[in-house]
Amino acid sequence: MIGVVAYLVFFLILALIFGISVLGLNLQWGYTGLFNAGVAGFTAIGAYTMAILTGPSRDAVFGGFELPFVIGLIGAMIASGIVAIIVGLATLKLRHEYLAVATFGIAVSIQLVCLNWEYLTGGTLGLIGIPNPSKPWAEGPLAQNAIYLLIVIIVVGLMFCALERIVKSPWGRTLKAIREDEIAAASLGKSPERVRLEAFVIGCMIMGLSGALYVAFIGYVSPWDFLPILTFQIWTMLIVGGSANNRGALLGAIIVWGVWTMSGFIVSRVVPSEFQAQGGALQAVLIGLILVVTLLIRPRGLIGEELHVSRHARS
Amino acid sequence: MFLQHVADGILSGAIVGLGAIGLSFSMKMLRFANFSHSELLTWGAYSALIFLSFAGSFSGSFDTIGPFSFGIPLVIAMGFSCLLTSVIALLLHRFVYLRLSKTAGHMTMVFASFGVALILRHMVVLIWGSDPIYYSNELQLAVLLPGNVRVLPDQVFLLGLTVVVVIALHLFMTRSRAGIAMRGVAESPDLARVSGVNVDRVITFVWIIGASGAALAGVLYGMTVQIRPELGFSLILPLFAAAILGGAGSLYGAVLGGLIVGLSENLSVMIIPTTYKPAVPFLLILAILYFQPRGIFGEPEK
Repeated sequence: MIGVVAYLVFFLILALIFGISVLGLNLQWGYTGLFNAGVAGFTAIGAYTMAILTGPSRDAVFGGFELPFVIGLIGAMIASGIVAIIVGLATLKLRHEYLAVATFGIAVSIQLVCLNWEYLTGGTLGLIGIPNPSKPWAEGPLAQNAIYLLIVIIVVGLMFCALERIVKSPWGRTLKAIREDEIAAASLGKSPERVRLEAFVIGCMIMGLSGALYVAFIGYVSPWDFLPILTFQIWTMLIVGGSANNRGALLGAIIVWGVWTMSGFIVSRVVPSEFQAQGGALQAVLIGLILVVTLLIRPRGLIGEELHVSRHARS
Repeated sequence: MFLQHVADGILSGAIVGLGAIGLSFSMKMLRFANFSHSELLTWGAYSALIFLSFAGSFSGSFDTIGPFSFGIPLVIAMGFSCLLTSVIALLLHRFVYLRLSKTAGHMTMVFASFGVALILRHMVVLIWGSDPIYYSNELQLAVLLPGNVRVLPDQVFLLGLTVVVVIALHLFMTRSRAGIAMRGVAESPDLARVSGVNVDRVITFVWIIGASGAALAGVLYGMTVQIRPELGFSLILPLFAAAILGGAGSLYGAVLGGLIVGLSENLSVMIIPTTYKPAVPFLLILAILYFQPRGIFGEPEK
């Protein structure tokens, strides 16, 4: 019984951390229509910033400032935000699939930097020994994970409420207006370029936050955790849950991560150890199938966008 | 060293160019960025492997042709690979992309191509495992060209085949009714339809040509480098760079784009560390989208 609870806690921590990335992507794609195919790159920046700011100091590698956890989270968001401003200025005038190709390339480039700039990132070995903020508060892994889950739930709750507020604000309505018809929005005096950049940067900062929470939980950062498949997973979570709906984003994260871990568990039990690589491939095939089948039979996702009618038009 | 880099660039550029033809056509005529196209290269390479293992088990080993590392079976395997890859592409079209193009927007097709790419790539791992494979273990002697440039006979074959394929495609596009209809559909599907062009048949041709180009590129990559599950995936940015550089829908644009990508990748190692080479196509994409958003041969949006 303890085992099941422990596993559930562990599962929820990771699912909700992914959920934060999905919330960020939802702001970009769901509400604003920005096709960011570089999610993995922005989570990586958050993750490495966290590792550099809060990790222990080491020889021959930059950073290790041993700063508090909260500073790490804020720093991760700022770093992702700064990169997002640069990337956004360079690419946001591109439309749809060209933006997708460009952001995909950015994520590949960021991963190359993580892999090769050893002084900053520790190269292929990554950075280890990143402190878990729950350590001083509890004894034993289960209690520590429970506290970490609490932290993650608080962050998710804050993000969720903030995003719900901003998408219902005038600014949020501008996002949807730009998504639906940019020229019409511009003719009403809105500045699409500026608003698109703002949505892109905020979304990327949220992805950075998710990356930071991830490394503080698992205790190390490795360039192999930020391959393009992470981007595909996050996208699948959003599509399955339903884009332009923050509840859908979190639901999708839990369902898709559930399928991923369950299939991984079954594979590790059923498939002989010499075929474990193939077992991992089976998981990826399953994610691909879920994505394609969802698009074919329920393109708006499990809970898609709620339709809003202006209260002025109702009477 | 400079000339050697140029030679290597042209050789890898020819592969990228062949692979990019289908991507470029699908961006123009099917109107979506097909992220699963690169996986057709992988399937092309492994399809040839299927044929070779059958041929090998039936008739033992064949002699190799002249200085090349391969014999008649590999040449036939190329045809088989084009066929099988086209069948896969048409099945995907029939059961995924066609249905989505009717019910949903073209962005949905792009998402679906993410999913399809994941499925195709990992199916390869499921079937063949993740270790690199080679068509042949024959050792080849490099030919020394003037300027101290070394090339393998297989690489000369690669370049020759690319030239032949491009000329054949050019003749097809300009002389045959199907090719002319295809150009019509690229210009305007509606206009083509009212002029009596069977658009569905043209789209079938687009998939077959794209898949065959991808299959050949995959086999040639397998021949000159190695066959592995990430073969196509690692080429996804070069392929997009070539298609975007050349301008969507342009045959010569794709091939020329491929050559530019290959050359700049290989020449880049003279100024930046080799480990950053994979970022070069991405920089090319950014530059071209910034200065010439329609590509070199692309026509302005009307």
